[in-house]
Amino acid sequence: MDDAELRSAVIAELRTIAPEVDGDEIRDDRPLRRQVDLDSLDWLNFLIGLHQRLAVEIPEADYAQLVTVDDLVGYLKARV
Amino acid sequence: MREFTLPSMGADMDQGRLIEWLVAPGDQVHKGQAVAVVDTAKAAIEVEIWFDGVVAELQAVPGQMIPVGQIMATIVASEEATLPVAPPEPVVQARAVPSERPALRPVASASHVEIGGVRRRVSPAARKLADERGVDLAGVSGTGPLGAVTLSDVERAAAERASVPAPPVEAATAAERQALVRQAIASAMSRSKREIPHYYLSETIPMARAIDWLAAENAGRSISERVLMAVVQLKAVARALDGFPQLNGFFVDGVFQPAPTVHIGVAIALRQGGLLAPALHDVAAKDLSQLMRELADLVARTRAASLRSSELTDPTITVTNLGDQGVETVFGIISPPQVALVGFGRVAPRPWVTEDGTLAAVPTVTASLSADHRVTDGHTGAMFLASLYDWLQRPEDL
Repeated sequence: MDDAELRSAVIAELRTIAPEVDGDEIRDDRPLRRQVDLDSLDWLNFLIGLHQRLAVEIPEADYAQLVTVDDLVGYLKARV
Repeated sequence: MREFTLPSMGADMDQGRLIEWLVAPGDQVHKGQAVAVVDTAKAAIEVEIWFDGVVAELQAVPGQMIPVGQIMATIVASEEATLPVAPPEPVVQARAVPSERPALRPVASASHVEIGGVRRRVSPAARKLADERGVDLAGVSGTGPLGAVTLSDVERAAAERASVPAPPVEAATAAERQALVRQAIASAMSRSKREIPHYYLSETIPMARAIDWLAAENAGRSISERVLMAVVQLKAVARALDGFPQLNGFFVDGVFQPAPTVHIGVAIALRQGGLLAPALHDVAAKDLSQLMRELADLVARTRAASLRSSELTDPTITVTNLGDQGVETVFGIISPPQVALVGFGRVAPRPWVTEDGTLAAVPTVTASLSADHRVTDGHTGAMFLASLYDWLQRPEDL
């Protein structure tokens, strides 16, 4: 999967948690949780969704490095 | 003969619109069984009956606005019941009767709707969505258990006819519901501040042990089995309440009634604004994994506006967690007739003097207690927070 496909997967998963999200308005280099109102359960469900969609293991120890959409795309790209 | 009246569904709800009956005259009903779906300001609620018997007469009709306390149906004791006039439909027999206390049922496990003479199962969330999107349930095929129409079935049906423009009333209805939620919160909170003499306490609690323990615990679990710190905090509150029954219960007619179990009302923010605090049942008796699953289910159903009446009336204390929003401390307003509320702020590294007297950066959380001074004094509240502190230092015992 290329970056654009991974980004669409990330946004699609995000929209299942927060349907009001407009993918075009998300800044990829800024902290996602500053742009979208996600509590810790939303965030966990979002990561579970990515895990199921892309079959990527995301250990809890890695959560801290997943802050922006760019971080997520880079992380997933290395593991898909 | 007993009368089944519309139960109170929280201090802030005084009426509801009957959407449908889930039972018919002649049906056997059991305590805890959902017998009707009632639409309220906040959600479509499955109303449970609180005694056993046989339905004699349904007095309320679907579509009717019913005030709390109004008779909806008459129920006779099983031995009083004569044979029903008409033989029961076979499908009625097949209907799942929830066991003793079916506090949490998945959205897909459904209520019924009469379509062309055929009883069908439709989850309240699916019905609500169908109403909002103007989807005719008769044309939707169900993929849930026993052919139940689920939320995703309705979503699919709505997507299939997405080219049809939405009726203009839709937005108004959503806005209207939101206004009602606001109004309900306003009335409950005004009553609370009018009637309850609150006192407030707070305590900073070091969280390093709980964090390390949970990290080790979660490291061995798959992502969908991991437990959130919020669940550890809920369990710690329930355990700490063991020693302080005066904080867990209801203040009714000038008298405090302690509750035998701890049902925590978990404050859940709704995406469109407003909040609900439905019950996570019997928290002290359940392990963290089970609590995590039930919390995830409760949050999902709250946001889908699909709750059971007991979940709205059972909370014996409320816990609100605003840590995700980054605040340090929350001083909450008690939800009457409860007598206490525990608040958690953000878990973050802060300066802390450790046991050996050195200054260090340590993750801490501020836990607060808002309590009813008619029932307890600050001394009791302080001892409760001290107990909560202790429980969070030994998470392995929770």
